[in-house]
Amino acid sequence: MSSMNRREFLQILAAASAAGFALDAPSVWAAGKGDGLYDLKKFGNVHLLHFTDCHAQLMPIHFREPSVNLGVGDAMGKAPHLVGEHLLKAFGIKPGSIEAHAFTYLNFEKAAKAYGKIGGFAHLATLVKRLRAERPNALLLDGGDTWQGSATALWTKGQDMVDACKLLGVDIMAGHWEFTLGDKRVLEIVEKDFKGKIDFVAQNIKTSDFGDKVFEPFSLRDMNGVKVAVIGQAFPYTPIANPRWMVPDWTFGIQDDNMQKTVDEARSKGAQVVVVLSHNGMDVDLKMASRVNGIDAILGGHTHDGVPAPVVVKNRGGQTLVTNAGSNGKFLGVLDFDVRNGKISDFRYKLLPVFSNLLPADAEMAALIDKVRAPYKDKLGEKLAVSEGLLYRRGNFNGSWDQLILDAMMEVQGADIGFSPGFRWGTTILPGQAITFEHLMDQTAITYPSATLTEMSGEQIKTILEDVGDNLFNPDPYYQQGGDMVRVGGMEYTCDPNAKIGRRIQDMRLAGKPIDAGKSYKVAGWAPVAEGAKGEPVWDIVARYLRDKKTITPRKLNQPKLIGMKGNPGIA
Amino acid sequence: MNTTRRTVLKSATAGSVLAGLIAAGALRPTQVLAAEWNKAAFDAHDTASALKGIGAGTPMDSKDLILKVPDIAENGAVVPVDVISNIPNTTSISILVDKNPSPLSASFDFANGALPEVSARLKMGQTSMVKAVAKADGKFYTAQKEVKVTVGGCGG
Repeated sequence: MSSMNRREFLQILAAASAAGFALDAPSVWAAGKGDGLYDLKKFGNVHLLHFTDCHAQLMPIHFREPSVNLGVGDAMGKAPHLVGEHLLKAFGIKPGSIEAHAFTYLNFEKAAKAYGKIGGFAHLATLVKRLRAERPNALLLDGGDTWQGSATALWTKGQDMVDACKLLGVDIMAGHWEFTLGDKRVLEIVEKDFKGKIDFVAQNIKTSDFGDKVFEPFSLRDMNGVKVAVIGQAFPYTPIANPRWMVPDWTFGIQDDNMQKTVDEARSKGAQVVVVLSHNGMDVDLKMASRVNGIDAILGGHTHDGVPAPVVVKNRGGQTLVTNAGSNGKFLGVLDFDVRNGKISDFRYKLLPVFSNLLPADAEMAALIDKVRAPYKDKLGEKLAVSEGLLYRRGNFNGSWDQLILDAMMEVQGADIGFSPGFRWGTTILPGQAITFEHLMDQTAITYPSATLTEMSGEQIKTILEDVGDNLFNPDPYYQQGGDMVRVGGMEYTCDPNAKIGRRIQDMRLAGKPIDAGKSYKVAGWAPVAEGAKGEPVWDIVARYLRDKKTITPRKLNQPKLIGMKGNPGIA
Repeated sequence: MNTTRRTVLKSATAGSVLAGLIAAGALRPTQVLAAEWNKAAFDAHDTASALKGIGAGTPMDSKDLILKVPDIAENGAVVPVDVISNIPNTTSISILVDKNPSPLSASFDFANGALPEVSARLKMGQTSMVKAVAKADGKFYTAQKEVKVTVGGCGG
C-alpha cells in the first residue's frame, strides 16, 4: 500500500517535463496535499457519492480510456461518444492537465508515469471520508460490476469486495456481473452480508414465472430533512450477454413502464428527490430519461464512460440529469442537490478522478486488503513475461491486451481465427512492466472462462460479427448491449457501422483470400455462455504462452477498415 | 416471492404451461377449446396469407392496441407477449410473428364483453416483427414491434 512520497513524485514529474511533455505545474493541481483537486465545497443539502464498475480493483492501477468510442445515429458527436481532444474541448478541460490524463488516452504512457496510478480502495476510502466529513449523511452509491474483475474476487466468490464495500460504507447498490456468481450466491450476500447495511435494489428483475419482484425496487432515505429515493436498475440484458443458466428463474429487461410506476410510487411515498442507480449503459440511460418522467438524476455505469459533466435531458416532467462515472475505481462522482420547500432548486456535479498518489491510503482499508490478498500473494505475483509495449483493452474494435489474448489462443490452440469478447474492463500495463498472473486475471477473471476451439462456416462467422456489431451500432440504444465489438484475430474485415444488420460486415479475408460462406474454419474463443461448455480456463492458455515467450513485443492490432466514420469525434 | 404458490404450480405438470398461455382473466379454457380451429390461417407460411385467413386483409394501425414485447428476447424459445386492446367492442386478438415458419401464433376470441387482454409465450427462431391484430365491430386493427433474437455473449 505504500504510495510514493511527495519528493519522489515531484522528481518524476520534473523528469516528465524535461522529456518534452508539457504538464501542469504541480501547484495548479496538487497544492498542499492534493487539495487543489479535491477541495470541493459542499453545496445544498442532499449529497450523493457514486462509483461504478470498479470491477473488483482493490489496488491502484493504470487504466487507459478509449481512442475509439464511436457514436452513430443521434449519438454521433455527443457525450459519451467523444474521445481525446474532442472530449477535452467539449468539457473545457485543459490539455496536459491531470484531469486530461484522467479522462482521455492522450499522451497516456508519459502522463501515467508522471501522475501515477489511479484508484485503489484504500485511497478511495480516504476520499469518501474527506467528502463525507463536509457532507453530513451523504449516501454512497455503488452502481455494480463490483464483485467481478480480479483474481481475488473470483477466488473468494466476491467476498473480498463485499467486505471492502461494507467497510467503505456503501449504502445502496445495483448489479450486473454480480449475477455471474449465480442467483444463489447473490441472494446469500444480499440476505446475509448486506442485511441492515447495504440495500441491493433492482426494479427490473422479476421472477420469470409470475413476475414477482426479486429485490426491493428502491430505497427511501431521509437526508437532512429531505426524503430521497434511490431506484435500482440492473443491466437489462444480463441473461443475454452473460450466461442465462446462472439466473434461470429471473427475467430482466429495460422495463420503462415499471420504472415509471416505481418513480410514481416513490413520489407518492413522499420522495422529494428521485434518482436511479443504473447499470443500463449511458446511451440507454439517455433514452430512458427522455421517456420516463419524474427522475431527477440517473447515475449511470456499465458503458465505462468517464463523463465530466451531466447531460441534461428534457422530458414531459421537466428534466433529468444523466451521468456516467467511468470504471475500475478511477472516479468518484459527487452530486449535490439544493432542495428547498420540497423542490430541487439547483445542483452541482463533479466527477473526481481518484489519484492514488494524492490521497494517502486509509489504514483500516489497507489492512483489510492486505489480509484478503495474503493467502494468494505468491500466485498473484508470479511474473509471466515482460511487455515491451503498452497493453490496454478499451476501444470499440480491439485493444493490445485482447490482441495478446488472441495471439496466444490462436498459437496454442492451432486456430485460423480468434474471437475474444468485447469486455470493457481490464487494467493497463505500461511498456517495460512485468505481466503478473494478477494482471492476466484482470483481463480474464470470469466464472465461465473456458477456452473453446470450434469449426465454424464462413456464414456462421459473418452471422456472429453482424450480431455483435448490431449490439454496438444499432441506432436505437434500447437494442444496444453496452459491450464493444468482438475482437477478431487472424481474419481481416471491413465494417460500416451506419449500415443495417447483415450489411455492416464486409470483405472478410483470411491471409488475403475472401472467406467462403460454405467453408469451415477453426475458430478459437473463450467465455461461452451456453450451459455445460467445457474447456481449459483461458488464463492457463495465455499464461503458458507468456511464460514461453518471456518478452512480449508490441502487438500489431487487427482492426477492421471503417466506412463512413471520417470526422466522427468518437475516433482519434 | 410467493414460494408456496410456485411449488404448487410446479408440482402440477400442466399448470405452468396453462398459466402462461391463458392469462386472460375472463377467458375460460373451455371457451378456447370450443372455438373453431382456423386451419387455413394457422397453417399459412407467410403473414399476408395468415392475415387473409383470419379475414383481416390489411389492418389499420391503432394506438389503442397495446403490444408489449421485449426489445431483445432473453430466450427465443419463450418470448413473453402481452396484448391489451382499448378499442371498444374488441372481439378477437391475434398474434403473428412474421419470420416464424407459421406466422400466426395465437388467436383469442372474446365473448360477452370479456376484457380483451392476453399474455402468451411465443417461440421465435430469429429476429422478427411481432404483430398484434384486433377485431372490433367487424374492422381490423394492428400494432407491431421488432423483437431481436441474438446469439448472446460478449456483453460489457
